Order: sequence, then structure tokens, then C-alpha cells
Amino acid sequence: MKNRTFRKILHYLRPYWLTLVLTVLLALANVAATLAAPYLSGLGIDCIVGAGNVDTERLLRIFLAIGGCIAVASVSQWLVSIASNRIAYHVLADLRRDVFAKFKMLPLRYLDARAYGETASLVITDAEQFSDGLLLGFTQLFTGVATILGVLFIMFFMRWQIALVVVFMTPLSLFAAKFISSRTYSMFGKQSEVRAEQTAFIDEIVGNLKVVKAFSHEEENTKTFEEINTRLQKCSLKAVFFSSTTNPTTRFINACIYALVALSGAFTVLSTGGSAAPFTVGNLSSLLSYSSQYTKPFNEISEVITEFSNALACASRIFTLLCEEEEPSDAENADLGRARGEVALRDLSFSYDPEKKLIEHLNVLAPAGKRVAIVGPTGCGKTTLINLLMRFYDADGGAVTVDGRDVRTVTRKSLRENYGMVLQDTWLKTATVRENLKMGNPEASDGEMIEAAKAAHAHNFILRLPEGYDTVIGNEGTLSQGQKQLLCIARVMLCRPPMLILDEATSNIDTRTELRVQDAFQKLMQGRTCFVVAHRLSTVKGADLILVMKAGTIIEQGTHDELLSRRGFYYELYNAQFAE
Amino acid sequence: MKHLFSCLAYYKKEAILSPLFKLLEVCMELTVPLVVAAIVNVGIANGDKPYIVNACILLISFGVLGLGFALTAQYFAAKAAVGVSARLRSQLFCKLQSLSFAQIDRLGTSAMITRMTSDVNQVQAGVNMFLRIILRSPFIVFGAMAMAFFVDSRAALVFLAVIPCLALVIFAVMGVCIPLYRHAQDCLDKVYLSTRENLSGVRVIRAFSLEEREEAEFAARNGALLRAQKRVGRIAALTGPFTYALVNLALIALLYVGAIRVDGGALRQGDVLALSNYLAQILIELVKLANLIVTLTKAISCQKRIGKILDLEGEPSLLAPEEAPRRDAPAVVFGNVSFSYEGGGANALTDIDFSAEKGQTVGILGGTGSGKSTLVNLIPRFYAATEGKILVDGRDVAGTPAETLREKIALVPQKAVLFKGTIRSNLLWGNENATEEELLRAVKLAQAEDILEAKGGLDGEVKQEGKNFSGGQRQRLTIARALVKNPEILILDDSSSALDYATDRNLRAAVRTLGCTVFLVSQRASSVRFADKIVVLEDGRAAGIGTHEELIQTCEVYREIALSQERGSA
Repeated sequence: MKNRTFRKILHYLRPYWLTLVLTVLLALANVAATLAAPYLSGLGIDCIVGAGNVDTERLLRIFLAIGGCIAVASVSQWLVSIASNRIAYHVLADLRRDVFAKFKMLPLRYLDARAYGETASLVITDAEQFSDGLLLGFTQLFTGVATILGVLFIMFFMRWQIALVVVFMTPLSLFAAKFISSRTYSMFGKQSEVRAEQTAFIDEIVGNLKVVKAFSHEEENTKTFEEINTRLQKCSLKAVFFSSTTNPTTRFINACIYALVALSGAFTVLSTGGSAAPFTVGNLSSLLSYSSQYTKPFNEISEVITEFSNALACASRIFTLLCEEEEPSDAENADLGRARGEVALRDLSFSYDPEKKLIEHLNVLAPAGKRVAIVGPTGCGKTTLINLLMRFYDADGGAVTVDGRDVRTVTRKSLRENYGMVLQDTWLKTATVRENLKMGNPEASDGEMIEAAKAAHAHNFILRLPEGYDTVIGNEGTLSQGQKQLLCIARVMLCRPPMLILDEATSNIDTRTELRVQDAFQKLMQGRTCFVVAHRLSTVKGADLILVMKAGTIIEQGTHDELLSRRGFYYELYNAQFAE
Repeated sequence: MKHLFSCLAYYKKEAILSPLFKLLEVCMELTVPLVVAAIVNVGIANGDKPYIVNACILLISFGVLGLGFALTAQYFAAKAAVGVSARLRSQLFCKLQSLSFAQIDRLGTSAMITRMTSDVNQVQAGVNMFLRIILRSPFIVFGAMAMAFFVDSRAALVFLAVIPCLALVIFAVMGVCIPLYRHAQDCLDKVYLSTRENLSGVRVIRAFSLEEREEAEFAARNGALLRAQKRVGRIAALTGPFTYALVNLALIALLYVGAIRVDGGALRQGDVLALSNYLAQILIELVKLANLIVTLTKAISCQKRIGKILDLEGEPSLLAPEEAPRRDAPAVVFGNVSFSYEGGGANALTDIDFSAEKGQTVGILGGTGSGKSTLVNLIPRFYAATEGKILVDGRDVAGTPAETLREKIALVPQKAVLFKGTIRSNLLWGNENATEEELLRAVKLAQAEDILEAKGGLDGEVKQEGKNFSGGQRQRLTIARALVKNPEILILDDSSSALDYATDRNLRAAVRTLGCTVFLVSQRASSVRFADKIVVLEDGRAAGIGTHEELIQTCEVYREIALSQERGSA
């Protein structure tokens, strides 16, 4: 599993391998230059021994060397940042592009099974955490490890006895950081629990503020809110405080290491004074500065490692999605062209869950240009039928045919272009009214668009919007549910496809407007095959064929009069639902 | 910033003590180079080993003290930050609840929720960081400079020169980056919008075969985001190298000045060592600061957004001088009322003029978007009329305190929502002090007795937003909730749409027995047919006002609606 994730990550890094190699080289240069500077300044201090004892000439040469280090270090540091940003952001963009492209290949079965927010957060949050944690983390980790190794090397090279003191003290700092973070983990857990409770409460109340105000229930809400808020405050304080003890603790341990280096260093200076290889005050200064630089990367590395595991988890979530089975390709399939509109379901079987059978051995023939109404109680499979007609889902057994051709042998695009669909769940894009209406037919002229809007009785309210047809609308905007539905109808009217699917298409429109829309639909439906899922009598009565569905099967079919005279399930349904 | 500071004022003690203890910790850290200098100048120079040992013990005890000070500072910082965020949240919550409907419409639900959750959390992180770390940096920087002056005033001039340069670099980069970050955030929002829409609208997009077009749009937005991120990244990355170069150039200058001073006998070797240590401390601190500035800028912009909401004036209790109620007046009078939503273009209601006597039932009939809901929302003054007057009990609603007005009106909204808790806790929204009998009576009137049976009585559990109830069940319970209030005016805003005809009819009959003034909003002519007065709306205008019999004679629109539905249900 992890291996696979790593391989995928490498795959995404491949286009940027040159930049990556450059980053590593530059980071090495940066570490080298950064580490050389304290050594050089130590040498500089050795040139300044006392009054009348200053080696100015050597000092100037050292300045030159330090200047070189500064130039190398700063330039390389900038380039490293730019290069690693470049990799991180490009991989992030590539990943987002691929996930987004994957969406259109995924079967609806996959998308329907998950909350949209959850899937969307793969593109936004997970992708970002992956790129931040793993790629920016990589540079930090690499620089950190290189710094530690470099410092150890120099320290051992300068005076291995003192280096040993430092090495022995290191685990202490790591242990302390680990100890604290494991303790705070449960406190953060508690905090996020209470926070989730509060968020749920906020969602509910703020989401329904108008009801709250209608009942003047503000004070009671405030009481409940304050109670949760106080609890949150208490556990947040614990979590925030304990997690913030890490830095002072490691700083304290660093201070101890520093003191020990000073102690052992000073003694070494005294004991080697006058020997062949004296340990000078300048050397001591370099060592002290290294010892304070040495512990910092350890903290960073431990942070990076925690981020790493999180980033890996995000990456594996993304790659799991990218590996999901796609809808079978239909590139080889024929183009359906413009269909006449004869639709047949032959021995069709389908279920969302193999355990629970839904549609079994269904046979229906809708001749071209006829109107088919589907009625039945909630959950009987009406919407499923639409899913199958549009090929949002593929049948488990049997086939759907259009003009006698199995829909699986033609391209999905050409099939869907032959349908016009208005769903119960009205969906509009965040864009102008114009863009929304022309969604299915971008070539339509403004005149045609206005005509369609008038036919759907949407023109008048569109004109009353602040900017008419150029008003930006969206799913959360100010339009009422009914107005949105009228727009969806106008959108289909502009396409004039040979087949129509209307799922409770007029449920939010008052009957009078519906009547007008129906009139418009009548015109549109002439010569078109039409499937209507309807609860309304007016839609059902005029149908050429009524399918009465119950628990996935069609229990009755016929015209309104035939079915009524049969006094079966339809008769009951009719009396319960449609009669006053 | 004023809201943040007013919240911080409650934690004045913590907000002062935290930096103070930070300052003490910094003092401990700043003495370290002096001790090291003493080790070199005295201990090593004189070969005094006990002196060196003592100095090192001193270093460790400074560490212990520093740890103590730091922990105290962290505690106060956490307390202040958490406290401030709790206060901000609770202020926001109260403010949101006090907003008018127009303001609620303008802000939008998702924005309000974001303000209360993630924005407040960002501010908490920002305050905590500010007290703990950001304040530490200037202490270290200026403290180090002060110590440098203490060691040698001539050499300290180097510090005096380099610190303004450092400040300039940091502020310049920050100034350029903050707007760039904001731009990148906007780009990210667009990418998010694309993603969400493509998931929520997947059926429509596939039905219209729009996948490719959507993908192209996403690619454009994704590319814009990439460019924005790279641009801000390039500039933000300048801070580190610039500060590094400046500090090290200062080190060269320091060694140079130091060399001259030591040569002349004014300084000793250990002093130069101490001075260079101070420079190193400044550098380490600045690197930390540069990394945190992003978090701080984020917190500042979140704080600004929160401030914008807190700055809003909530809905005032009175819109006009208070008037006294009149006893003999009709229950509700609309006097030539017009109304338009903010930024909504044309009028939503124009010149509505009618009155409702006490105990009457008034039907409001009309098509989608004809202004029915708008009309009834004006009665409890959820929105204020743009022109004309609405009188309840003979006094202008603008001159009636909102609490008094709303106390006698119960409105059952179109969208039927229940709240987490029990059926009882939901019904008590209507009237906190209602007795068991009153609750049961309301349930019975609302034709909701079968729900109690199915869900385990009054104490049956209600999940978030009443998700465990069907639409029809929710609708009846929201009606019951309104009835518990025992209102003088009951407004049913198309609140029986999910009910079957028989239940709807029984409900209407039950409501008639209450003796309160009822406003019945509907799309169905049959629902309002027996009302004492029917107001027929079309495009925000009253197309006819009267009884069924009158309207069927005189009102073209009414006739059309009635006929269309009769044809539908005959």
C-alpha cells in the first residue's frame, strides 16, 4: 500500500526531476555555506587576541571568505525556495487537474455513494496537505539532515571529545518533544470533539436563523451556545497550553547542551594551550554556535515527520480515488446520431446493492414520440429508471435500446445529447442567467434564448433580476426553488432534443404556471419521446402509457382510463394522491 | 481591530503578564553571551577553572529560570487567546441572531458559519502566536542591541545600522505579499467552486455532455491559482536570504570594528565573541518571525472579516417612534404597501391595500414568485415595507417593538425545520411555559398525533434539523410548534404542501376553531376557497381581493387559477 503510494508520488515528481536534483544540489551548497560561516568567524575571532595583537591582513582574507559564504548561502537559499515551491505547486496543480479529470470518468455509482463535500476536499484540502507536507517537508527534511551531519562532521573534526558530549545529550531533546506531543494528542482529541459539537449547533441555528427569529428563541439558543462555548474554552486552553510547552522545554535542553559545550570547551582551551594543536577561543566560539544550530533541525525534523504521515495519508486517499475503476471507455462506439426516439427496456435488471434487488426483468416499450408517465410510491425505482435511460448507471442484466440499438454500443455523449432532462433537484451553475440557459446549446442566439425563456415563463422574472440576463446566479442565490426550475425547463427548451426526461419537473411550480409550462411542453413534446416521473394528475392523465411501479417492478401499465377501470394499485394510488 | 481589542480587554492581566514573562525569559537568554564572554575574558585568560565551572552552573540555572518564565508566559498567552476566541464567538453568535432578514439574506448562511468557525479559530491561533512568539522577536532584537551597547557602544553602532534595514526588508516583503496572498486565496475559492459544482451538478453536466468545457474552465482556474501561488512564493522567499545576508554582513562589520577596538585595547576578545553571539541570536529570531508572518496575516484578514459582521447594526426594536395599540382596530391592515428586496431590481410587492378583521381567515393566492411569502413576511416586520404602512392592532409595525409584535404572531415557514433535541423541546420553542396538555392539544390540532405514536411520544428524539422525520411529518410538527405559541395571528406560509388533501383539509378545519386571525398562503385555490377574504397576487400586485364568489365573477387571474386546478383534479 505504502509502496504503491510512493511509486505514484514518484510518478508525479518525474516531470520535475531536473528541478528536484537542482534543489538537492542547491540545498547542499546552502548547508555548506551556512556551516562554513561560523567556522570562519571563529577564525576571525582568533585574529583578534588582544591589544596590539590583531592580525588585520588575515582578518581581511577571512572577511572575503565570509562574504563569499554569504553570497552562496543567500542566493542558494532563495533558489531552493523557488525550486521547491515550483515543484510543490506544479505537482499540486497536476494532481488537482488529474483528480478533476477523473471525476468525469467515474461512474455515478461511485460519486453518489459519497458526500460531495468529502470528495471535493480531496481536490482542495488533501491535495494541499500532500504538497505542503511532503514536498516542502522534503526540502526541510533534507536540509535538516544535511545540517546535522555537517555539524557533526565539523564538530568531530574540530574536537571529537566535545562532539561526543553533544551527541549524548541529543536524545534528551527528542525524548522531551515526543513525550509532550503524545500527552497533548488526547487533549486535542477532546477539543475537536467539543468543537464538532459546537459547529453542529452553529450549523443548525445559523442555517435556520429566520425560524429562530420568528420564534424569538434567541435567548435560549444563547444559553445553550454559552454552555458549549465554555466547555470548549476549557479544553482548548489545556490543549493549546500543553502543546506550547514543547518549545520552552527543548530550548531549556539546548541551554544545558550549550552550557556543557562551554564548560568542556573552556577546559579544552586551557589544557591544550601552548600545545601543537591548540583549541582556541575562536574554535570555542564556532562550536558554541554549531551546538545551537545543531538542535534546531531535530525539532524541525520531528515536526516534518508528523506532517509526513499525515501527507502520506492524504496522498493515499487521492491515489485511491485516481485508481477507482472508470466507466468503460466508449471511444470505439458508434455515434447514435439524432435518434427517432423509440426506447425499449428489455428484460432489464438492476440494483444498487447486490443484497437488495431493485429492478428485475423489466420490459417496457416506448414508441417514438409517445409520452410515458411513471408513477408509484417513494423508493419504487422511478429515479433509477432515469439513471438507466441516461446511462448514468449501467444495467446489471438485460438492455436499454434506443431505435433498436443497445445503448452500450453507442457513445454516452451521443446518447445523452438526444435527451433533454429536468430533474427534481434543480442545479444551476454559478454563472450568468445567459450562460445557464445556453448550457446545452451554446450556439443559440439571444433571440432563441429569450424565446425559450418566454416559453418557460421565466422571461418576466429574469427581467426583474438586477441585471437581467447578465445576473450571476448560483445554487445558493436569491432565486426561489420554482424560479430555478423554470430556468432548468428553459434550458432544455433551447436544446430541443428528440427525447425528454422530466423528473417531478414541475413540483415547485404553482399549477397555473405549470399549466402554461405544460402547454409549452406539449409543443416541445410533439414528435418526441417523453418520460415523466409525476405526482400530478395533469401530467399523468394525458400520457400515452402509464407505468405503475412498486418495489422495482412494473405492476401495471396502460392508459389512465384502462388503469382506472382495472381498479388495481393505480386506482388506489389515484384516489389517495390525486383526488381532493 | 477594535472588537479584538475589546475582547482582549477582558484578558488584560493575561495579555500583559504573558509578554512580561516572555521579557524575563528573553533577559535570561540575553545574559548568556555575557557569561560566555566572562568565561573567555576571565576564566580562560586567567586559567581559573572554578570560575569556569561556576559560570556554567550559572548558564544552566538561567536555563531553568528561563523555562519557568517561558511556561508561565505560554500559559497566560493560551488563556488570553482561547478566552478571546470564546468571547468573539459568543459575540458573533449574539450578533448573528440579532440581524434582520435582509442582512441574513445579504450575508448568506455559509459565510456566517465560516466566520464563526474557521475564522475565529484562525484569530485564536494568531493571538496566541502574537503573545508568545511575535512579541518575543522585538524583545530579542532590541534587547540584543541594548546588550551590545552595554558591551561596547562603538561596536553597537553596527547593530543600530542593521536593525532598521532588517525591519525594512521584513515589512516590505510583508506589504507586497499580503495582497498577493489574498489574490491566491480568491483563486483557490474559484477552484473550489468549480470542484463542488461539478460534483453537485454531475447529472446535469453529463446530461449536457459539458465535461470537456468544465474541464477547460477548471484548467484555467487551476492555472491562475498556480501562477498566483508561484508569484507570492517567489517574493515571500526573499525574506530569508535577505535577512541572512544582512546579519552576516553586519558580522563582518562587527569583527572589523571589534578588531580595531581590541587592537586599541578598548575591548577584549571575549567581548567580540559576545557581540557576534548577539547577532546570531537576532538572526535565529528573525527566521522564526518570517515563518510566522504568514499565519499572522491570515489571522488579521480573518479578524477583519469577523469585524465586518460585528460592525453591523443589528435589527432595531423600533423603526419609528413607538405608537400605542388601539383596541377596536382590525387585526392587520396593509395600507398601499410596496416592497423591494435590497438589490432585487423591481418591486416584489406593489401597492397592496387590504385589511383583515380579528378572527378572519385571509387566503393569499398566487403563482411562483408572485410575492406571497414576501407579503406575509412583512406582517411580523421581518422585512420593513419600502412604501406604505402595515398596521397590526391599529398601530404601525414600524412603531411597535419587535418583541411585542412577534409575540402575538406565529409564522410557519415554507421550509419546515426542526432542531436537535426532542419533539417536546421543539414544541416548547413556541412557548417555554406550555403545559403537557397544551402541547398535546397543539399536536392534535396539527394532525400530528400519529407522529408522536411513531416516534415515541413527546420525548421522541429529533436529530439535527429533524433529519429523522419525513417532509410531511416535519411540516405538521412545525405547525404544532406555532400553535403552542397560541398566537393572535397565525401565518401558514404554504406550509401544507407536503400534506395530502385530506390532512390538509382537516388541518384547515382545526385551525378555524382557534379564533385567531389566520393568513393562509397557498398555490392551491381549493385551500383558500373558504377564506373570508382572498388576496390574489400576480407579479407582486393584487390582481383581486374578495371572497371566492366575488373573485370568480370579477378576477380573471383567480378564475384561471381555479379552473386550471379543477381541470387538474376533476
